[in-house]
Parts: sequence; C-alpha cells; structure tokens
Amino acid sequence: MAGEGDLKLLGGDASQFVARVRMALNIKGVCSYEYIEQDLFNKSELLLESNPVHKKVPVLIHNGKPIAESLAIVQYVDEVWDTAGAPILPADPYQRAVARFWAAYTDDKLLRAYIGVNVAATEEERAEKVKDTVAAISQLEAVLADGGKAFFAGDSVGYLDIVVGCHLSWLEAFSKMYGVVLLDAAKSPIFAAWAARFGETEAVKGVVPETDTVAEYAKKRRAEALAAKRKN
Amino acid sequence: MAGGDDLKLLGAWPSPFVTRVKLALSFKGLSYEDIEEDLASKSELLLSSNPVHKKVPVLLHNGKPICQSMVIVQYIDEAFAGTGPSLLSSDPHERAIARFWAAYIDDKLVTSWVQSFRGKTEEDKSEGTKQMFAALDTLEGALRECSKGEGYFGGESVGLVDVSLGSLLSWLNATEVMSETKIFDPIKTPLLAAWAERFRELDGANAALPETDRMVEFAKKRQAQAAAAAAASDN
Repeated sequence: MAGEGDLKLLGGDASQFVARVRMALNIKGVCSYEYIEQDLFNKSELLLESNPVHKKVPVLIHNGKPIAESLAIVQYVDEVWDTAGAPILPADPYQRAVARFWAAYTDDKLLRAYIGVNVAATEEERAEKVKDTVAAISQLEAVLADGGKAFFAGDSVGYLDIVVGCHLSWLEAFSKMYGVVLLDAAKSPIFAAWAARFGETEAVKGVVPETDTVAEYAKKRRAEALAAKRKN
Repeated sequence: MAGGDDLKLLGAWPSPFVTRVKLALSFKGLSYEDIEEDLASKSELLLSSNPVHKKVPVLLHNGKPICQSMVIVQYIDEAFAGTGPSLLSSDPHERAIARFWAAYIDDKLVTSWVQSFRGKTEEDKSEGTKQMFAALDTLEGALRECSKGEGYFGGESVGLVDVSLGSLLSWLNATEVMSETKIFDPIKTPLLAAWAERFRELDGANAALPETDRMVEFAKKRQAQAAAAAAASDN
C-alpha cells in the first residue's frame, strides 16, 4: 500500500497504548507491519535505541525512523495514511480541538484513577480511586450523551474512541482483580452501550489486550509501586 | 486577522500555560482581547467556558471555548493556517517529533520544576531540581536534533516546541534570580542557553513573556504566602 515502506511496531501485549496504535493502523487498513513484542521487564537493545528518552512502548519505526508517544503516533498514522481507510481525527479544527481535549482528559483523569486502584496501598485509598474512576467515566458518559451518536467521533470510530477504548480491558481486568465495579452499566448506560459497540468494531479486531495478560502485568507493576512506596 | 474572527483569551499573567497561548497568538500575528482572570474569584465566563477544569487558559473563538494550552496552540495553528507562519511542519515525521517533545516538556520539565518549588520537604524540592536539570540535559539533545543547525526547535523559525519551552522562560529566569543558580547554563547546555537568549529577543516573544522582575516579585509573594500557611498549620 502506498506510504507503507518498512513498518515495525515495538509493542507489549498488555499495553493499552500499544493497542491504541494498532487500532489506528486497523482503521487505516494498514496490516502488513512487523509487530515485535517487547519484554518490558527486560528491555531489548532495539527498544532502548528507538526510545532512549522513555524506554517505553509503543514505538512505531517507519522506514527506520522511530516515533514514540501513542498520541503522536496515532496522529502520524492519520497523516501519513491520510487517504486510506477512514479519517481518525476530524477535518474541522474545532472538532479536532474537542477530541484532543477529551483525549488529554482521559489519559490524565481516567488513567490515573484506575492505575491508582491497582497500586493503592490501603482499602481506603483503593475506594477513593474507584470513586475517581467512576467519576471520570461519568464525565465521558456526558460527552457521549451530548454528541448523541454511536461513537465519540460520530457514526464510526475515531480518535477519541480509540483513546478511551484502549483502556476498557484494563478497567475490566481491575474490576475482576479487586472485586470492584468500575464500569457500572446502571450508572453509565450510554458509556456501557458504547463500550459494547466499540468491542464489536473492526478497529479492535485482534488487538485488544487479554484481561489475564493485563492482570499478570498489572500485578508486577503493583509490586514495583508498593516496593517504591516502602522505600520512601 | 481574518475579518469576523473574535478572539478572547481568559488568562492570568503569571501562568506559563497562558503565556504559551499568548506566544502562539503573537507569532501568528493574531489580535485578541486579553481578559485577566482573578483566580481567587473566577468569572462566570471562565466557569461556563471550562466547566471540566475551571482553569486558564481558555481561548474563545467567536464564542466557542477551547481549553488546555497544548490543544489551544494546535487549534490556533490549524484554524488560522493561512495567517502568519506555521507552528508545525508539514512533514508528518517532524510533526510527530515536535508533539513528542512538547509532551516531554509538560510531563518531565514542568513537573520537576514545580516539584523544585512546591515540594513538601527539602528532599522533595532538591529531587525536583535534580530531575529538572536532567530534563534540560535531554532537551539540549533534542534541540541539537530538531534545529538541524538552525536556531530553533522548529528549525529556521519558531515552532510548537519553541512555544512550549519558551512559555516557561519567565518562570525559569525568575528561579535563576531567586536561587542564584544558572538554569540555562552556557557550559552545561550551550545550545539551550543560546536559544533562550535568541527566543527572548524575538518581537513575538517580547510581547507575550512577563518581565522577569515582575515574575520574581510574584514568586516571592507566593513563597511568603506558602511559608505563612505552613507556619500556621504547624500548630
């Protein structure tokens, strides 16, 4: 396909952010790339060379040139494969600003809240973070309600759908691990319906992290976080 | 400025995030109404324009609000693509790199600098300072790569990353004065030091950056308030 060249994605099977990039590539119909799974607890030379600043996944390597930061990668994919598949960000500058605003909100408020559920040292702390997660989902429910469409982006998936959608399997994993309700279909029916709908789209085929994989990975991260807290 | 474009900026002069938007507007040659908010007593307009965060900056374009400084800067670049210079390259790879470094500045540099100022303990603060210098070191390398021998992160002319980092200059200069240390050290980070001077001299920057003296005065007041609050709560 035009523009493809040599395309590699350094990924991690638990990573929401890697999933997000793969969803973007799916939307563009870009399937022939080399996916290289990374062991995030034993990082490869290639990863360390390609993302020396953060040493994290995802990293997209296009014709030998690496790009890091999932949102920068998603926008890159949208721009390079601009005539392929469907647009990820809308064309209108104001709509783009709205999508970017909620993307920033999601990766700040929603992400921090549910990660907090995982690394909470006490039951009280966990309960607080569960509350915060539910609040963030309520906020996103309101956005969907406002838009009144099937997806955040309209009639089909777009930027904000994949930004929010990549977190769904982590929410599911933590609900199971900690016996808490994060996505309450009674409290957030529109969001719950969107989540189900999103799970059925072409964009997520084959790229959603398994909840067991997430759970295993998250347990290691929790152990790390608690050890770090004890040191201080 | 294009006819019929009404631009209002809800801001607070000490905020580097507000300065960031002012820089973008300034470099693009756009005129706007500069509305100074009293953050201790936020206006109805601010609260209704940014109900989620209730923070500045908010840009109102023909009454429609845009929030989050980085979102606003990209909006300005895209909505006014035909006006003034572009803040982002047309090349997708260069755009991705610029977005990467803009995110880095907020994630690593701003966070560590804030910690160096507002850390709860002396240990916290000095850890913040350490991380701030580490971030500046990394940005020196970024500048070398991005500038390709020219003067700015954006190459020959200022871009998104210059605006992102430049918005912190008044605060960083004020910190230099107050702590009597060099943050833009011509020996440790020569490219950044030269960039800081070059940036400050641009007409567009001059118009938007608060005076260092004014910032120092403000910072001292803030420190005194924080110390008083801490003393009051030590009972």
